[in-house]
Amino acid sequence: MTIYNFLLKLTGSGILASFIQSLLPLFVFILPFALFAVLLERKVSAHMQDRLGPMRVGYHGILQTVADILKLIQKEDITPTDTDKPLFNIAPILVFAGSYAVFAAIPFSSAFIGTNISLGLFYIVAVSSLVVAGILMAGWASNNKYSLLGAMRSAAQIVSYEIPTIMVILTIVMVSGTLNLNTLSEMQTGHFWNWYILGGPGAGLSKFLLIPFMVIGFIIIYTSTLAEVNRTPFDIPEAESELVAGYHTEYSGMKFAMFFLAEYANMFAVSAIVVAIFFGGFQSPIGYLGNTLGIHWLIPIEQFFWFTMKGMFFVFVQMWLRWTLPRLRVDQLMAVCWKYMIPIAFVNLIIIGLITYI
Amino acid sequence: MKQYLGNVINALMTILIGMKVTFKHLFVPAVTIQYPTVKPELPERERNRLYVNMDDCIGCDQCARACPVDCIEIETVKSLPTEDLGKTSNGKRKALWVTKFNIDIGKCCFCQLCVFPCPTECIYMTDVYEFSEYERNNLVYNFITLTPQEVEEKKSNYAKFEEEKAAQKAAAAKKAAEEKAAAAAKKESEEKSASTKPNEETTIAKKDAAGNPQSGEKKEES
Repeated sequence: MTIYNFLLKLTGSGILASFIQSLLPLFVFILPFALFAVLLERKVSAHMQDRLGPMRVGYHGILQTVADILKLIQKEDITPTDTDKPLFNIAPILVFAGSYAVFAAIPFSSAFIGTNISLGLFYIVAVSSLVVAGILMAGWASNNKYSLLGAMRSAAQIVSYEIPTIMVILTIVMVSGTLNLNTLSEMQTGHFWNWYILGGPGAGLSKFLLIPFMVIGFIIIYTSTLAEVNRTPFDIPEAESELVAGYHTEYSGMKFAMFFLAEYANMFAVSAIVVAIFFGGFQSPIGYLGNTLGIHWLIPIEQFFWFTMKGMFFVFVQMWLRWTLPRLRVDQLMAVCWKYMIPIAFVNLIIIGLITYI
Repeated sequence: MKQYLGNVINALMTILIGMKVTFKHLFVPAVTIQYPTVKPELPERERNRLYVNMDDCIGCDQCARACPVDCIEIETVKSLPTEDLGKTSNGKRKALWVTKFNIDIGKCCFCQLCVFPCPTECIYMTDVYEFSEYERNNLVYNFITLTPQEVEEKKSNYAKFEEEKAAQKAAAAKKAAEEKAAAAAKKESEEKSASTKPNEETTIAKKDAAGNPQSGEKKEES
């Protein structure tokens, strides 16, 4: 039984059930995740630099982000006088809406997917581009040269790096024959050797031939999605040492918190896409405890656990990369995208197409 | 083409090397000291807040003179001969009441130059380093053990003693002058009349020490 059916039974109204279901990822997942991820980010960065990070609020600082959020809520919401007020106020909402809309098509477990649409991957690629509009809006409306520069860089970067992302998604669509993330996850059921990173389900020569090209595809999509969420080493839009904070320089209080939340929601969203198409989605790598014990209601919970764990792992790798690599220059950024990732992704697409044709 | 693929592989390999380094550092114990709750162990000769052990201070003013920024202010009052101030721990006799011993730690440059001249080793650097204040005046430390009343008492005592001493001195000087005058007068009178009484008079004057009017009377009598 899916969560939607359960809610339908509970409320007796399809509209109400859909409404509640659409709010679930926000309140059950994104907000707690953002709280946790900010803390994780600070702890990971601290320990990688041989520091301790926040230690005062709660045991080893676990309540630090809660305290930070409380502080942000109390802050004055400043709108600078020379800003374009409607755009300035819409921008953070648009950015957050863009990253939140992605969660609608992400399958958290077999019992919970926002909308099980057949064009899931296409929808995600399309709707995540809304973020660019929000960022440009924020940068332009702020009437601040640093914000504008950051927004311009961000737009250039996101638009460029969408191409390799889409190329790699295309290879997966070619191999699997579906755009539906739920079906894609279901196809990778069984054990971890059925994941697309290891050639996908089924046996035979083509599976083993696919493995190296799938790894290349994974590296490309992971790098390009890293660039799409503006994280180090691709953080030139918010380069602290050059532009004060990029497009959200002029924002304060809750509007700033919206950008912050969107950033962390995006981090998980791109990790979730990578997990869903290459690492079996919500499927467990080692089989389900619910199956062996015969408790069938445990399986969706386990699936949620596995999905979250895989997603968190890739979020951790993003943080790991952040504290390892220095920032790229603008020309290097474009060179990586246009001279390396797009040609390689294209060749990869052709080779995988040939292999699947065989 | 070879260079192109070499670049790709080089980039990936160097990123992996960097990631290995940072991953190792995840498990390196943090160097952070949780400061207010855990305090770092200071070196043996650290120089922090000054302290003066007033039991040993003899008020010699050597620390104040050594101070390059003049942050030590000392005032002393001599003790009366009847008072016993005790001895310092290394056996020096204390002879001065220290009525003012202020150290303006806000001025202090922590050079430790005041510590070495001290003959009784009563001024020294401690390991206390947390002494920030909201008021600048609170950084002037007062080390004297006497209460303000006692300070006044000591000062007035000494002033009285000085006055008495000055009075004695004046009396003695006056007497000497009188004696001189008397002697001169007698000489004159002796020369004039050659009378024989000066010895008796001088002995009487010596007997009462502070008896100015008496001696005056006697002089008049004479």
